[in-house]
Order: sequence, then structure tokens, then C-alpha cells
Amino acid sequence: MILVVAEQREGKLNRATWETIVGAQQLASGAPITVLVPGANGAGVARELAAAQVKEVVTLEHAALEPYTPDGYTAALQDAIGQLSPTYVLLPHTYQTRDFAPKLAARMDRAILTDVTAIKPGSETAFVRPMFQGKLTADVVPLGPAPHFVTFQIGAFRVDQVAKGTSPAAVRAVTVNVDPSAIRQKPEAPFQQAKQAVDLSQAERIVSVGRGIKEQTNIEVAKKLAEALGAEIAASRPICDAGWLPMERQVGSSGQTVAPKLYVALGISGAIQHLVGMKGSNTVVAINKDPDAPIFEIADYGIVGDLFEIVPAIIEAVKQ
Amino acid sequence: MKIAVCIKQVPSREWHPRLNDTKTWIRDQDANFEMNEPDAYALEEALRLKEKHGGDVVVCSAGPARVAQVIREALARGADRAIHVEDDALASADAFVTSDALASAMKEEKFDLVLTGLQSDDQGFAQVGVVLAEKLGLPHATIIMEVQAQDGNLRVKRELEGGWFQWVAMPLPAVLTIQSGINQLRYATLKGIMAAKKKEIRKASAPASASPKQKIVSLYVPEKGKKTQIIGGSPAEAAKELVRRLRDEARVIS
Repeated sequence: MILVVAEQREGKLNRATWETIVGAQQLASGAPITVLVPGANGAGVARELAAAQVKEVVTLEHAALEPYTPDGYTAALQDAIGQLSPTYVLLPHTYQTRDFAPKLAARMDRAILTDVTAIKPGSETAFVRPMFQGKLTADVVPLGPAPHFVTFQIGAFRVDQVAKGTSPAAVRAVTVNVDPSAIRQKPEAPFQQAKQAVDLSQAERIVSVGRGIKEQTNIEVAKKLAEALGAEIAASRPICDAGWLPMERQVGSSGQTVAPKLYVALGISGAIQHLVGMKGSNTVVAINKDPDAPIFEIADYGIVGDLFEIVPAIIEAVKQ
Repeated sequence: MKIAVCIKQVPSREWHPRLNDTKTWIRDQDANFEMNEPDAYALEEALRLKEKHGGDVVVCSAGPARVAQVIREALARGADRAIHVEDDALASADAFVTSDALASAMKEEKFDLVLTGLQSDDQGFAQVGVVLAEKLGLPHATIIMEVQAQDGNLRVKRELEGGWFQWVAMPLPAVLTIQSGINQLRYATLKGIMAAKKKEIRKASAPASASPKQKIVSLYVPEKGKKTQIIGGSPAEAAKELVRRLRDEARVIS
């Protein structure tokens, strides 16, 4: 049996869960799939997920899961996994998964493969994952006894590929025992630092800058290009970390997710954390001095060279 | 406060990947190495906590002999001493083996706080800090953007997705994985570089018990998902051609 651990908060499903179900369906080749929905008010989410072609959906409610803590999730899921005895435990590679899944796997002394982008079936099922900032890709196999934990990169599987069942899957509840004193973290309510004044998700065109811009004063070059193209300016994480552009202009896993008609990446190498925030863009242009930069793997048009020579030339060409 | 910072040495950003003969790992001898960037932020945070609360910063690294380079760099930036778990096999070790190696060398030190980067720029597991916490029996929090330590307690700002944050409190000792950008990095001064030469690096051997939990069967240059059209020529020519295609082919600008 393959177990998918859903992610939900207060009855709101994280859509990456659907992607994980697609991954489970690819991996399963006939093996039954169970979806586990941890957390309070999961009944609605469970009904929603029961539409997928899976054997059953299991809800798991316990005081130890509210609010989320890595200690609470580790203890409760260890108990639930023990009862369900899956061969694989699949999760979306979200920040929450990253917070507890390695601990859970370590406690159970089982393999965990993270940030997986594809499955390679064969005599020995291999999992594909990026390495060295996306410069290389590895086929990896888990070692040791089951269950094997696998987390899927956001966007690795497409939600619209999910197989739906002819009738809703059965929904049942599982109960666990957790000692509340095992929970050492005391979380406060989540908050947004600053109200997002800029909604990049609605932008039609975006000019985005990365490390290749080299200096803060050079941001002006990118701004001029944005102006010429009628685009919003955005950046990869290091640029916002350095304070060269405000955090609200950051695209990537820790910033905004965008899907403009045109995305121009200037001096952005294309680390996974950035790509997950922009790979839904319609047309991607990459300008980078490094021909091996991973950004070229997802770009429609690429120019290899010095952006300080190329960008002024583009501005000139647009004006003509 | 006695603070440990776990750092990793990784290939530099400018490095062009080359594979070994079995195509299961890189050609180590071709690479230039540097300190893993998120670990550099973890080190900086440790140094700032020491400046505020007093104590010691001990840098810990698990890797082959070459790792001494980043250990020296960390000492030059202000760490007080170091622990080097030295073993050639640690160069390509998975997160469990690395955590085992670190935990065995760190356990007896009874650190108040352990910091490390949220993930490494080489294998990118995003696991070592969390697994290490479990092996040391300590609470943890990940992807941290601010650290407040007071009276044996810790309050940290954890980054969630999409611009959300959350404060989390927990008792010390604890393990934190630090997000890049939490602070502004300092560079080593000449005085620091000189002082580092006299600082202690304790060598430890990797525990024999650790067995890997995963195996790389094949490593390769990624297959291109899309057909990228590379536009050549002089900057002026390339720019002109790009604009033409954006107008006529992609129709995304007017």
C-alpha cells in the first residue's frame, strides 16, 4: 500500500497534495493508495480527496496536531504509519514537510528521498531529484526496509493528470496515542510581515533580476528594461536578501508565485527555489553569461552573454 | 551560551559539473569549493548571538581532509574552535550518515544551541539539521529568519511559504536551520585570519555504525524540458532578433 500524507490547515487543502496523489498513482501500478488527512476539520478535505482514484481516505485528528508542530506530527504520524504499514509514504515537498518528515523518517530509521521530480520504474524503482543547484540530476534508490519516504517537488506532477474514481473512495478515521509532553515547540499564529502591496501574480510581464546583476546600482538597467516592456520588476531571493529590492518583489518558494505572459530572467541561474515560483510563465527569456545555467532548461529564448551589453540593446530594439 | 554551527563545504557556484567514471558522483579533483551559503548565515547568526550573550562558537564539519579550508575560514570569521569529523566517504554521504557523524562528535559537548543552514547547495536534502536534532534528542525549528535567546528559552521566527511567518518558542538546548538572508555576512579580517591559525581543530573519526539510506545509481546533466532557442550574434543583433521573436512568434510584447 502507498500512503499519501495530505497537507491541510483548518480544513483548507494545500493543492500540492493533489500533485502528490498523481505521483502516487504513477508509482502504484495497481497497488492500493491510501490518503491520510492529519489535523482538525479534515472531514471536508477528506471528502474532496475521496474523488481521486484511491482505495480509501483516512482522517487523523488529535490534539497533538493542533497547532502544527514537528514533535506533534512526528509522534502522531509514526503511530498512524505503524497501523497502516505502507511500503511508501509520499508527501509534497512543502516547508511543513521539510520541518517534520526528516525527523519522522529518522525516528523510524527509514530512508527519505526529498525534492523528487519524477519516478523511474524498473526492476528497482528509482526516484529522480536535482542536485548541485539543478546543474545535475540524480536517479536515487532508497535503501533498507520499508516504508520509504519520498517528498515531491512542487509542480513535479500536474494536478490535471489525477485519475478520478468512478465513485468516491471510502473515508474512515484512525486514532493515535500521543503523549502531549513530547511536544516541545510552542507556535504562535502565522502572520504576514507586510501586506503585499505588489501582487506580481497578476502581472502580464515581469523582468526579474538575480545575482548576475552584481551591484545594487545596476538594478536601474533592469528597471529601464521593465519600463520599456511594460513589465513589473522582480528578483530572486539573494537580491531581496541584500535589500536591493523589497522582499515583496521576490519570486520563488519563499516569495510570490507568478505566471505572466512574459518572464525575462536577467542573471538568474535558476535555482529550484526560484524556478518553482515562475515555471508557470508562458514565455521565458533567459539572459545569462553561463551557458550551463539551469534557467536555460526552462527558457523559451536564451541569450548567452553579458547582460550589461544585451539589456541596453534590447531597450533600444523595443523602442524601434 | 555554547553554540555549535554545522557547516558544509560544497562546490563553488562557478563550478562546471564533471562526472566521475562510474557517473555516480562528481570529479572531486576538478571542483573549487566554498562554504555552503546558508551555513555561512548560520555561522554569522552564531557569532552575533555570542556577541550578545557571551559564550563560545564551535564550528563542526563532516567531510574529507579538504573541508579544513572552510573550517579555517569560519575560525577566521570569529568561531572559537572546531570539530572536524574526517572521512573521505563523507564527501558524498547522505543526510543520515552525515548526521550520524556530526552527532557522534557533538554529543559529549552538550551544546546549548546548534545552528546549521536550511539545506546544502550540493545534494540539497534539507534534512541534516532536522535529523541531527532527532539524533541528539533535541527540539528543532526550520527555515529561521530571527533568533531570540533568553533565560534558557528560545523564540524564533520561522518562514512559511508565500510571505508568511510564525514565531515559535521552545526550550534550550535546541537545533535551528537558518535561512539565507537572516543577517548580513561579515568577512574575515587579516587579524582574524592570523588568529585562526592558533585555534584548535579537534579531529574525530566517523562512527562505523552509520549505514547509508539511499544510493545514487546515476548522475547526469539534466535533460532539457523545453526546446530553448538560443539566439546568437553580437549583443545588438541578438537583442534585435529577440525582440522580433517576442513580437511575431510569442506575441507577448507590442
